[in-house]
Amino acid sequence: MDLFPLWNSLRIAAISSAVVFFAGIFAAYYAARLPRALKGLLDVVLTLPLVLPPTVCGYFLLVLFGNRRPLGIFLAQFGLKFSMTWYGGILAACVVAFPLMYRTARGAFESFDKTLAYSAQTLGLSDAYIFWRIRMPVCRQGIMAGAVLSFARALGEYGATSMLIGYTPGKTATISTTVYQMWRTNNDAEAFRWVMINLAISALVLIAVNMLEKRGKEAGAG
Amino acid sequence: MSLFVDIQKKVGKFNLNVAFETNGGVLGLLGASGSGKSMTLKCVAGVEKPDRGRIALDGVTFFDSERGVNLRPQERRVGYLFQNYALFPHMTVRQNVLCGLRRERDKPQRERVLREILDLLGLPGLEERRPSQISGGQQQRVALARILAGKPNLLMLDEPFNALDSHLRGQLQVQTRRLLGEYGKETLIVTHDRDEAYRLCERIVFIDEGRGAEAKKTGELFANPESRQAAYLTGCKNVEDARRMGEYEVEVPLWGVRLRTALPVRDGLCAVAARAHSFTPDAADNRYPVRFTGEMEEPFETILHFRYESQSPDSPDLWLSVSKDKRNDARTGALGIAPEDVMPLYR
Repeated sequence: MDLFPLWNSLRIAAISSAVVFFAGIFAAYYAARLPRALKGLLDVVLTLPLVLPPTVCGYFLLVLFGNRRPLGIFLAQFGLKFSMTWYGGILAACVVAFPLMYRTARGAFESFDKTLAYSAQTLGLSDAYIFWRIRMPVCRQGIMAGAVLSFARALGEYGATSMLIGYTPGKTATISTTVYQMWRTNNDAEAFRWVMINLAISALVLIAVNMLEKRGKEAGAG
Repeated sequence: MSLFVDIQKKVGKFNLNVAFETNGGVLGLLGASGSGKSMTLKCVAGVEKPDRGRIALDGVTFFDSERGVNLRPQERRVGYLFQNYALFPHMTVRQNVLCGLRRERDKPQRERVLREILDLLGLPGLEERRPSQISGGQQQRVALARILAGKPNLLMLDEPFNALDSHLRGQLQVQTRRLLGEYGKETLIVTHDRDEAYRLCERIVFIDEGRGAEAKKTGELFANPESRQAAYLTGCKNVEDARRMGEYEVEVPLWGVRLRTALPVRDGLCAVAARAHSFTPDAADNRYPVRFTGEMEEPFETILHFRYESQSPDSPDLWLSVSKDKRNDARTGALGIAPEDVMPLYR
């Protein structure tokens, strides 16, 4: 059995959830400080991929990054080609998973007690210290939840991925596109194996989340 | 040592316009909730920015809109005790207090100061607990320790005893008073509690709907509140519209009486106030016939409600407070009030 789809799915999910983790926190942190009207507009734009069908996201990605589109041609000069490559999957997963990270992180930041930041400032703590050592740990649960959700979403991404990078065995195949291809080509046994692998990964992720949450509660922070 | 504050700030429809100056000691900011007390502290701390004005402590300008000065909160070295204490929930007591000591670079020195401050506030043994694992009174002292550890040049306490039950409140007020005395730095205390203000503050700035000016000695504010809001907040029960009749005389039309005063009555008088314990059946001054309409038991005194015989139905009952054993003596046909207890109000 060729395990390439497992490796490919994991690296796409890992890289894209890492990108989305920082991008989502960054966007959430700065969106919370914007004036109301601008915040509302940005919010709609940033959350749109969550409510759009992934195939529509894929369509837009193709329109932007397709081989014959201006941006695609421009990027090709630097050797970057997002359609039909494995790292195109990172782009697709990022776009689809980003709103989950952004939304949950924003919710966590908004419920953050401002007086904690104020008192930290008056105590002379630096802004970097306040962000990394106070705001982030206090909002940890919300941020962790966002990270897990976006990782799971990236791992399970099908629609935008299949539009942008298609299915090439050993090149762009991921677990979810493989399941579909195997089933479509009447290879039920192989499809079943990939379903089981996917189930195992998902279960592991959930167990890890529960363990983290428990540890968080025992530490007494809330 | 002196703090100078003269600032204006508009927040929605609310206008803050506060000006006062202190020179040493404990200054209270007394006002009803929503009157702008906390906003004033936040502007002094630098976490909120006034629209206009100037703030300076001991000659160091914190904020000056004309000269474009606005020091960061980190540069102001101001200790701010928040109403909810703002302890960092994910850190232990020790880590919280160390946050106030990060300016101290020398590690052994830092440990020494930490020990000292925990001892001073009676916190040893709690170092490894988290804020959620200690009582409200302990939380308050940890927050105070965290602030005092950094040796700020100005202390600001925002309703410091609000979240505590009354027994603990009294104890901690005594402790805090001693502590502030020893610390000897400029201190601002925000409160809406007259007892707290009276116990802790040498002078008081009264803030009413965002406006506050001129610090008064605490005793003076209680003896002569000058405004309706200040009269109410210092616990005055009997306030009614009045007009000036002479240099030492006012008329209260709704009570149907004229009262002589000890304080000279200025133009612009709008009302008079009299405290519930000021009325007595023995006083010869300002004596008018009354009838009693009800009574209310308090833990250590009795409140008698009464009306002047000539009082208009539009005016509410007046309050008289007497000790329980004197309750029956007070129920006579007439009550008087000493002229020095009649307080003219101008706003």
